[in-house]
Amino acid sequence: MEIVLSISKVNAIDFYKTMLKIRKFETTAKDYFAEGKIPGFVHLYIGEEAIATGVCANLSEDDYITSTHRGHGHIIAKGGDLNLMMAELFGKATGLGKGKGGSMHIADGTKGILGANGIVGAGHDISLGAAYSAQYRGTQQVCVCFFGDASTNQGTFHESLNMASVWKLPIVYICENNLYGISTSQAKHQAIKDISSRAVSYDMPGITIDGNDVFAVSEAAEEAIKRARAGHGPTLIECKTYRQRGHFEGDPGTYKPVAEQEAWLKKDPIPRMEKLMLDNKIVNEVELKSIQSDIDEQIKAAVKFANDSPEPPLESLVEDVYTDITEEMRVR
Amino acid sequence: MNITFLDAIKEAMRREMEKDESVYILGEDVGAFGGCFGVTAGLFTEFGDKRVKDTPISEGGIVGCALGSAATGLRPVAELMFSDFCTVAMDMIVNQAAKMRYMVGGKITLPMVVRMPLGAGVSASAQHSQSLEAWFTHIPGLKVVYPSTPEDALGLLMTSIEDDNPVIFMEHKLLYGIKGEIPDDIKPIPLGVARVHRKGADITVIATGKMVHEAIAAAKQLSKEGISVEVLDPRTLYPLDKKAIFESVEKTHKVLVITEENKRGGYGGEISAMISEECFDSLDAPVVRIGALNTPIPFAKCLEELVIPNAKDIVNGIKSLF
Repeated sequence: MEIVLSISKVNAIDFYKTMLKIRKFETTAKDYFAEGKIPGFVHLYIGEEAIATGVCANLSEDDYITSTHRGHGHIIAKGGDLNLMMAELFGKATGLGKGKGGSMHIADGTKGILGANGIVGAGHDISLGAAYSAQYRGTQQVCVCFFGDASTNQGTFHESLNMASVWKLPIVYICENNLYGISTSQAKHQAIKDISSRAVSYDMPGITIDGNDVFAVSEAAEEAIKRARAGHGPTLIECKTYRQRGHFEGDPGTYKPVAEQEAWLKKDPIPRMEKLMLDNKIVNEVELKSIQSDIDEQIKAAVKFANDSPEPPLESLVEDVYTDITEEMRVR
Repeated sequence: MNITFLDAIKEAMRREMEKDESVYILGEDVGAFGGCFGVTAGLFTEFGDKRVKDTPISEGGIVGCALGSAATGLRPVAELMFSDFCTVAMDMIVNQAAKMRYMVGGKITLPMVVRMPLGAGVSASAQHSQSLEAWFTHIPGLKVVYPSTPEDALGLLMTSIEDDNPVIFMEHKLLYGIKGEIPDDIKPIPLGVARVHRKGADITVIATGKMVHEAIAAAKQLSKEGISVEVLDPRTLYPLDKKAIFESVEKTHKVLVITEENKRGGYGGEISAMISEECFDSLDAPVVRIGALNTPIPFAKCLEELVIPNAKDIVNGIKSLF
């Protein structure tokens, strides 16, 4: 499929704002993790922002997404509240998960966000249900299933693509091929180069695109989403991208060759977008700075909200295990 | 109505599907074929392929689909053809369904049932005969239901489908054929309420699933020998009716726990420990615990009969206390 770029001023600025919001959220999370303010594991989306941004720009609030352990970007792009997300990273009572899920389990059922997930490949199977539910209820909703290259080696990938294609489910599979499953490069974890080639096995369209080009992502997603809404079934879109950080914060990523890192940094979606906007006179330097400082303020506010929020009350430990049982769990 | 356990399960699903458009069934061969044991036979004709959905052989996909649809407004009843096959769906059950609501701060609700035929007795050997209920009772976030009579099967499955939490619903395959009288106007039976099948004064036998019937047989035999046995079926393993169990123990002062699972690590051990911890002063003797021998379930009839406990084992266990 050929991508025809249609750079409109509105789209470009909106794309840029979302990508930058994700980038700044992630760099802030990185800093606070290093400071010890954010506990646990943090997997950053730095370098992959164009994908979530380009895809979610085509979704409505009532569409669904399933995400991964590297999920902050998807959730921000789908409309996740920055304050509530940051509070969750800090383990606070006001967090989206009330401080019980953390970075890997951020979700918001009211916005169709069915959750980041700590198990690689789990979203594949969960998205089947969201899409079947849409089909069952006769709505036009779609489910976007985000996942990484390494998760395509899990059995759930096969289960999900098979069931979605045989039932013509409204799922758009977005593979973020960032070249690594933890420390294992794609060349070592699978024999194929283009993951989209696997679509043939499921009789669904499969394409590979530049995942660092937000316009290319948006155009491909738009077509796949349209196809899904029309009842024609799923599509597999492979977005080639690069994980700029280690697998998690604390992993120095020394297994990534320096030349490879340098080559991909040149394709960083954010400076690339800034250059495009300036070159095409979509914004000038002043306007660009103003967008940046506005987002800085939003992130600062999110950190302040998280910092000022209380720890989860101890009595909340037993809440939300079940809808209707709590007290029994208080007894050790 | 006098119907089989199998028809009771089917009737519960039919009633819930009639009542609520969002209830649907999914699983391997549950459609026109009617399910491996025939539990869903006829429902496909009645409700159509959207609501009685045949799936590929992909247990993870089945439970994942149930979960995703439960999170988005439906009430799925997933069938795993044999409980043993839960092993290939375990991530969806244990890491996903059981924990999702908790991890996301209550912002997602998962009204879903996973039905699992379990148990030995049909020479189905090691991968089609296990009793794995303890795996699920171990996991916070799941409810575990295990009826032993047609009436309880109907009433408890209705409740399970109406429950807003993931419920693992265990069906012993040797019970499918048993018949029982059920009131036509049966209401959903609340989870967490035990049933005393037989009142007794000398010992409490706590039994689940098919072992309830073995326990009743043992109680009948022992009554002729002057030992009065109370047979208590918890019916739901979580939530567990501790109150009913403790009241019975306080009355009889002796307990035997009988389950079909391998004795090592079984839920019978949990019940036994609970009684020892919380009812020690009421006990006149150590709790006797009987389960299957700790081997895989064998194929040959004579070996299978050796592994699974029966009324005779219960009689011997009780007599050891008198």
